[in-house]
Amino acid sequence: MPDMILKGKALKFGDNISTDLITPGRYAHLRSNLSELAKHTMEDADPTFVDKARPGDFIIAGKNFGLGSSREHAPLVIKMTGISAILAKSVARIFFRNSINQGLPILICDTDKIDSGDEIKVNLTKGVITNSTSGIQLTFGKIPQVMLDIVNEGGLIPYINKYGDFKL
Amino acid sequence: MGKTLTEKILSEKSGVDAQASDIVIAPVDLAFVQDTTGPLTIRQFQESGRSKLASPQQSVIFLDHAIPSPNRQLSNDHQSLRSFAKETGCLIFEGGNGICHQLVAEAFANSGDIIVGADSHTVTAGALGAFATGMGSSDIAIALALGKTWFRVPESFKITISGRFQKGVCAKDLALYLIGMLGADGATYKALEFGGEAARNMTMSQRLTIANMAVEAGAKVGIFPSDNVTRKHLAAQGRGNKYKALYPDTDANYEQTIAISADELEPMVAMPHTVDNIAPARTLTGVKVHQVFIGTCTNGRLEDLATAASILKNKKHHPHVRLIIAPASRQVLTAAIKAGYIQTLITAGAILLPPGCAACLGLHQGVLGDNEVCLSTANRNFKGRMGNPEASIYLASPATAAASAITGEITDPRKVI
Repeated sequence: MPDMILKGKALKFGDNISTDLITPGRYAHLRSNLSELAKHTMEDADPTFVDKARPGDFIIAGKNFGLGSSREHAPLVIKMTGISAILAKSVARIFFRNSINQGLPILICDTDKIDSGDEIKVNLTKGVITNSTSGIQLTFGKIPQVMLDIVNEGGLIPYINKYGDFKL
Repeated sequence: MGKTLTEKILSEKSGVDAQASDIVIAPVDLAFVQDTTGPLTIRQFQESGRSKLASPQQSVIFLDHAIPSPNRQLSNDHQSLRSFAKETGCLIFEGGNGICHQLVAEAFANSGDIIVGADSHTVTAGALGAFATGMGSSDIAIALALGKTWFRVPESFKITISGRFQKGVCAKDLALYLIGMLGADGATYKALEFGGEAARNMTMSQRLTIANMAVEAGAKVGIFPSDNVTRKHLAAQGRGNKYKALYPDTDANYEQTIAISADELEPMVAMPHTVDNIAPARTLTGVKVHQVFIGTCTNGRLEDLATAASILKNKKHHPHVRLIIAPASRQVLTAAIKAGYIQTLITAGAILLPPGCAACLGLHQGVLGDNEVCLSTANRNFKGRMGNPEASIYLASPATAAASAITGEITDPRKVI
């Protein structure tokens, strides 16, 4: 099987980006209309985000990305805007699991080495992040095998549909 | 080696000798959703090609976030949740019964249970000695379908609380102090296990407030031993037969041990826009408030309303302050009416909302205007949380909230009691 490669440019955010900033509670009435909800992705952190994001791009964040609510709509709308992966210094627990369950890779690395607009390449199979703009290479933290299996299947639902149960 | 409370529960339920960092599969005693996470859960459940729940009587839908519904879209979501309950036979609590976490504590949670909910404050049930944690819609959909889920066994922090709370100091002040000390990500993936003299002496209501806020330090669970207070709570809720004592082993292994003296605590406030941005209430005199909100799964219980009523008795809210009260459940509301607290609060000028999440998450019933300040007894003050990113939210205890409602500015409650 060929290596899983993701390529795109960096869209940078700071620390403590809450789920309220990612998909504000005031849009809860759009949660059964996901294409409308996705138009407001990251609205309170960067109102221009949806216009800027191109398929393949990365969200680059500081520490504690996705803190707050359990709303899985947060990684879901991020994925819908075309973001291929989230790179952060650290991630809140529920968001981490939700992101994997949506098949959206979320990688822990030193994001100080990435600036907004940098061209990024991620080799998911080899575990290497390359900042093509600066030439710096980064590695990312290992995640449990069960989560790798889930993300490889594209999310928890396809994973369960394939295996019928959790396999450890 | 001995086990933490968390390791004990996950070992017993999974049937393997589980230690921190192990990954286990365990059956769940309760899986639930609320009305803003439920529709996506149903969608994921249906995408898994299933139509049957593993155990309908251990599966619950709570309508609490958007009740009575503020718009047609959310009304339609409520309809689809009702249809799902009818089709699958799961339990459903209609709007007006209360907030999911309060109802779980009143009607479902038992010590030693594993509880998963599609709401981050599911941790609240840790007050009863349950391993209770929030998850997203996909995880809950699969927990509903299979009756089990996977967990990484968390490392535990032992939080030992000595002494007693001084007058005017509440469990909320301890929770805010602890989160300020740990930081908003200081306990990410960890279990907070509470103990010590002050923890033993805490009422169930106080324990629920503290367990509720464990997630604000990033924790997976916040858990108290199951003791005589737990036994009395379960007996009062008509399930005394479910009580079992549950303590950590004395030689359990903790990643960190933190000691807090309740005697030294003072009324605390979390300032905008993160919960770990704390300061003593006395240092914030002069910060004008436009709205005071007393309620939520953190502080909407009978003791909280009693505290607020004792401060607001024969007083009026400041003319520039909207004082909003939302009891956490129908049981709380009924008891508060009987005790005269509601009469006192309404006479003081409060607006009474139905039992539910109300203004907490910015959908309705108290959305803030531009540049407005709310002092809330809730658990989150993120930018935009109460429906307007141009507004500011401060978090405090019911005592600080009531005192501030009288003066119109953030006020240390010890000044007015």
